[in-house]
Amino acid sequence: MTYAKRFDGRKFDEIRPMEAKVGIIKRATGSAMFKMGNTIAIAAVYGPRDVFPSFLQNPSRGLLRCHYDMMSFSVTERKRPGPTRRSNEISRVTESALFPVVDLSKFGNTGFDIYVNILQADAGTRTAGINAAALALADAGAPMKDLVCSVAVGKVGDKICVDLTKEEEDYKDGATDLPIAVLPRSGKITLLQMDGNMTQKEIKEALEMGKKAVQSIKKLQVKALKDKYKGAGK
Amino acid sequence: MSKSYVETLADKDARTDGRKFDELRKPIKIELGVSNKAEGSAKVTWGETEVFVGVKMAIGEPYPDSPEDGVLITGAELSPMADPEFLSGPPGPEAIELARVVDRGIRESKMLDTKKLCVRKGELVWIVFVDIYPLNNDGNLIDAASLAATAALKSAVFPKLNGDKIVYGDFTKTKIPLNLMPVTCTVVNIGGKSMVDPILEEEKNFDARISVSVSEKGDIHAMQKGGNVGLEIDQVDEMIGLAVKKSAEIRKVLK
Amino acid sequence: MGKILIEERQLVVPGEELAEGMDNLPGEGAFREDDKILSLKVGLAHIDNRLLKVVPLGGKYLPKDGDTIVGKVVDIGMYGWRVDFGWPFFATIPLRDGSREFIPNGADLRQYYTFGDYVACKITKVVGSKIIDASMKVPGTRKLSNGRLIKVQPTRVPRIIGKQGSMISLIKEHTDCFIVVGQNGYVWISGGEPDKQLLAVKAIRQVEKEAHGEGLTDKISEFLKKESK
Repeated sequence: MTYAKRFDGRKFDEIRPMEAKVGIIKRATGSAMFKMGNTIAIAAVYGPRDVFPSFLQNPSRGLLRCHYDMMSFSVTERKRPGPTRRSNEISRVTESALFPVVDLSKFGNTGFDIYVNILQADAGTRTAGINAAALALADAGAPMKDLVCSVAVGKVGDKICVDLTKEEEDYKDGATDLPIAVLPRSGKITLLQMDGNMTQKEIKEALEMGKKAVQSIKKLQVKALKDKYKGAGK
Repeated sequence: MSKSYVETLADKDARTDGRKFDELRKPIKIELGVSNKAEGSAKVTWGETEVFVGVKMAIGEPYPDSPEDGVLITGAELSPMADPEFLSGPPGPEAIELARVVDRGIRESKMLDTKKLCVRKGELVWIVFVDIYPLNNDGNLIDAASLAATAALKSAVFPKLNGDKIVYGDFTKTKIPLNLMPVTCTVVNIGGKSMVDPILEEEKNFDARISVSVSEKGDIHAMQKGGNVGLEIDQVDEMIGLAVKKSAEIRKVLK
Repeated sequence: MGKILIEERQLVVPGEELAEGMDNLPGEGAFREDDKILSLKVGLAHIDNRLLKVVPLGGKYLPKDGDTIVGKVVDIGMYGWRVDFGWPFFATIPLRDGSREFIPNGADLRQYYTFGDYVACKITKVVGSKIIDASMKVPGTRKLSNGRLIKVQPTRVPRIIGKQGSMISLIKEHTDCFIVVGQNGYVWISGGEPDKQLLAVKAIRQVEKEAHGEGLTDKISEFLKKESK
């Protein structure tokens, strides 16, 4: 059976409706909320700040450390609070996704800590988390050469799709989840994961679709950053 | 800020943010349904303090000593997201105290009708998880979390049951049966003067603190003293009186 | 011949193109990639001939030589004093720069500044992130007592001080308070009654919030006059 029409009626290369807001946590150096469909991620950045224990300090550049977590009530079956192997892995890949654009060479011996928390989960949580984290880093004044835009591409049944929902991930005829992160200026991929079943050709097609689609994420991120300072300058 | 400053102001009957001793912060707001996967959820904005609370339900065996009662489990995660001084890792003493104080307010007021949470005596009961997540800490997490917990429980519905199993993701329209609505109000004592609703700088400089959980009838169900300075009975009485008085104002936000 | 792609004081974000052409140069807050100059920060672009820089609108204070900062004394040793000014590493006031008075050998350094004292000091040296030296000998430095500290967004400090100190002088006049604004965003307020100090705090917070508005000085003047009654 062909996946003729998406459950929510979107086009196959269309991202869910998104919302973004910057500066939502007053105590943090930088913060942001990013919503993709029904998935809501919140990110807070503190830095530059000290690094403990001190043997972890790197004198030639600041450290970038990410801590991903989900609120217990963000999912249908309660998630016990505390780190899991999954949250640990997502923390690592989020760091790698952001690392190439952040220039912390002038922040030796210090670190930037990014906290990502999921308030409501409907697939694509790590991608919403990365989008929020990139905004929070920019809000915190970390020197960045580009923004980072993340979306899950993949295959639902027989169709290559962008931004899968939970319902699509659970599609009875099989689905593949392929979260990616893209640097919007260069098109370079900084996050690449996959689980499912796809051919090399299909993967390439999915990546190209994703690279195009993230331009709308970048637009929203730029708007969110500029909205915070409406009235400043020109 | 040096302790002497907050205390210096207290001696002059003043507070760092200009409030009177019996004045709550403004605004105090509740937003319901902030997470559609939760059986009930609320976000409380209390001045600049912001707290999320979510309610999740599970089904399981009752405790052996209360075979016909549902179970309430309250937890708090003080994520470093909300305050750079919070540490990553398992809940520390501050998180545990926060959870237990909020829990006591709900439990002792018998807000949850635990008998109505029994599915089959001795075998199957509803388990209610209340999880507290501060988003931004500007002091008085106890009162903000307590209000959010009460609001989240008040709006919470049962998930659908298929035999003895929960159909996750499917909610009924049946609200969880509740009795009273407890509200917690915290009063701190600084330099002998009592003041309600401490902001962060007052929390870092108080002598003692009392959190009081009150239900609609004005009955007190739970109390917790914090801080390292001893209080006279008169002071305790004064602080409780102030807390009970202001709890009515907090309750108004619940509507 | 290169092309400049933005206007003076245009709000830009990381990765946004500022100019093209190898004859244009990246200043603070900008970087070069191939033949383009792009922004590293969320901030306002400044064009200085061929130099493109971006002045950030947010983020923590980065210590700079010559800045006057306000901080708290957190350690005392034979070397001098260490001051916490909100940076991951403390500033060091070496013994020889500790005071305009002569500090005799074996003196009790706590008599000068003790744990918990606030000081306004001037940064004399910054090496990397870890080494920040400061002096209490130069003009504009002093021990701060009997007051309160508030923290403002460091990027708003110029607005709070105002052109030639006009904004902060306005606030000082109307509140009879002594106020020191550190470049690190730490502001010390002392003198005056609690309600006057609170008025100063409110005025400063308002400048902080509306730093981008027009006619802010008049607005604050109105506010202070009204509240002073």
